[in-house]
Amino acid sequence: MRVLKLNSVTVNYGKYSAVRQIDIEVSEGEIVVLLGANGAGKTTTFKTISGLLKPTGGTVNFEGAPINGKSPDRIVQAGIVQCAEDRKLFPQMSVQQNLMMGGYIHRSKKTQLKESLKEVYELFPILYDKRDESARLLSGGQQQMLAIGRALMAKPKLMLLDEPSIGLAPLVVEQMFTSIQHINKDGTTILLAEQNANAALSIADKGYVFENGRIVIEGTSEELFSNDEIRKAYIGA
Amino acid sequence: MSSIFTKKNTVIALIVLAFVIPFVLQNQYYLHVLTLACIWSIAVYGLNLLAGFTGYLSLAHAGFFAIGAYSLGLLTVKAELSFWLAFLVAPIITMIIGTFVGIIALRTKEHFFAIYTLCVGYIIYLIIDKWDSLTGGVRGLIGIPSPANIGPISFDTPLSQYYFVLVVTLLCILMVYRIVHSLTGRTFIAIRNSEELALSLGISTAKNKLLSFVLSTFFAGVAGALYGSFIRFIGPEISYTTIMFDFLTYLIVGGIGTLSGPIVGTFLIVLLSQNLQFLQDYRMLIFGPLLTLLIIFSPRGIVGFVLTKYHQHQRKTSAVLKDARAKEG
Repeated sequence: MRVLKLNSVTVNYGKYSAVRQIDIEVSEGEIVVLLGANGAGKTTTFKTISGLLKPTGGTVNFEGAPINGKSPDRIVQAGIVQCAEDRKLFPQMSVQQNLMMGGYIHRSKKTQLKESLKEVYELFPILYDKRDESARLLSGGQQQMLAIGRALMAKPKLMLLDEPSIGLAPLVVEQMFTSIQHINKDGTTILLAEQNANAALSIADKGYVFENGRIVIEGTSEELFSNDEIRKAYIGA
Repeated sequence: MSSIFTKKNTVIALIVLAFVIPFVLQNQYYLHVLTLACIWSIAVYGLNLLAGFTGYLSLAHAGFFAIGAYSLGLLTVKAELSFWLAFLVAPIITMIIGTFVGIIALRTKEHFFAIYTLCVGYIIYLIIDKWDSLTGGVRGLIGIPSPANIGPISFDTPLSQYYFVLVVTLLCILMVYRIVHSLTGRTFIAIRNSEELALSLGISTAKNKLLSFVLSTFFAGVAGALYGSFIRFIGPEISYTTIMFDFLTYLIVGGIGTLSGPIVGTFLIVLLSQNLQFLQDYRMLIFGPLLTLLIIFSPRGIVGFVLTKYHQHQRKTSAVLKDARAKEG
């Protein structure tokens, strides 16, 4: 079943078009990756899906219904949660309080929140050990885990992950992608923006390559892996 | 030794001190000043909720303070309502007006929000000053009653008024404490941190900002109503920008975005300016540079400074302990 469909979406910042007429399709249970350099339009696309930006043209459909024009909190309630780039946390709150903020839309369902909290701690045991510590004292990798854990607390059907590997040590990146795969196997569809094409394509079902706000290549992971241009530009082999 | 100075014990000690201080001071004038400081601090708590915890600096706060005072005054003097009913209704009126102002004001952000609310505050002043038939204009409103008796308890002495204001102040602080430590409070902090991040977690920032705005006007309204019943005469100058900037100074000196900042700042400056009264307006020559230094070196005020030092000390001791344990192990 198709979960998300972007139909010829264009987003402008003033006169400048950040993305131009892009089409993206994500089916249930997939991991889909958006590849591209900084400023190619990946984050703009994410912000448009999550309602933080309004498209100038085109439509965004989620589970068959248009969501462009809905407010961001409505979109989260519909089941799309964005895990923001730069691992933005609430530094003055504890790890657990950060996670509870992620469960904001389920705030009245206390037992469900406890259950979700348990699941996140099972996925990232280090967060349980540090649950009462201030979020600002976490390492980069732990902060990323917390950001992902916080997004999971909302029980999303579709999770948008914006460059989760940025600035992390290679070993931590590997762990991160294993966790992402794990989340996906538990039933969350994932749309991933990455520059680390090698790691991303190894877990993704398909990918889209962004250049200057346009999608230039799309295909399954195998197709993209075997594409010479992509190997040269993003994998470096 | 340090176990005696826990947070809980300190708070209890301060409350006990607040209750016994009238017997220690035996000075009517100081009692008057302390009562006023309590009233101001309630208003500053309201401002702190919005400016400190939610990150929206409203400069219309003195206006809402005046709306609370004038609501109580008009309801008791002109509508001849009973005191307690008027005391309940005054903050509600303030909140209703606050809701309408908030809906429009919160369409703006940052300095535009500050400028917009500054204008709203000035408009409130002009309305009070010029609407002679309702507010009495520059002549003000005279004859506001003190709190009516509750059974055998009367509020006609300065001492009983002090206790009444003190109890209301403590209740307000308790309310703010509960709000800040609830999910609602953390939602406000999330908005202050990053509205975009709050939105992407599913928080309706528009609703929560309005809630914070209205709550802040509630505290301004309560403070205003208390002021009216305590001073018993109010004029348009209580809505003027000087009062607004007094509130802001109390908040910044005490510590913006901290729980005890409003009470620390208000009491410190009110008591200090009483003791420096012989200097008249030259006091500002002392306050100005002090405030500038404080903002540069401790933007979160006195309380923020103490908290930072305390956390640094804690981190150091826990690191030392860890090292010691590592050596033993």
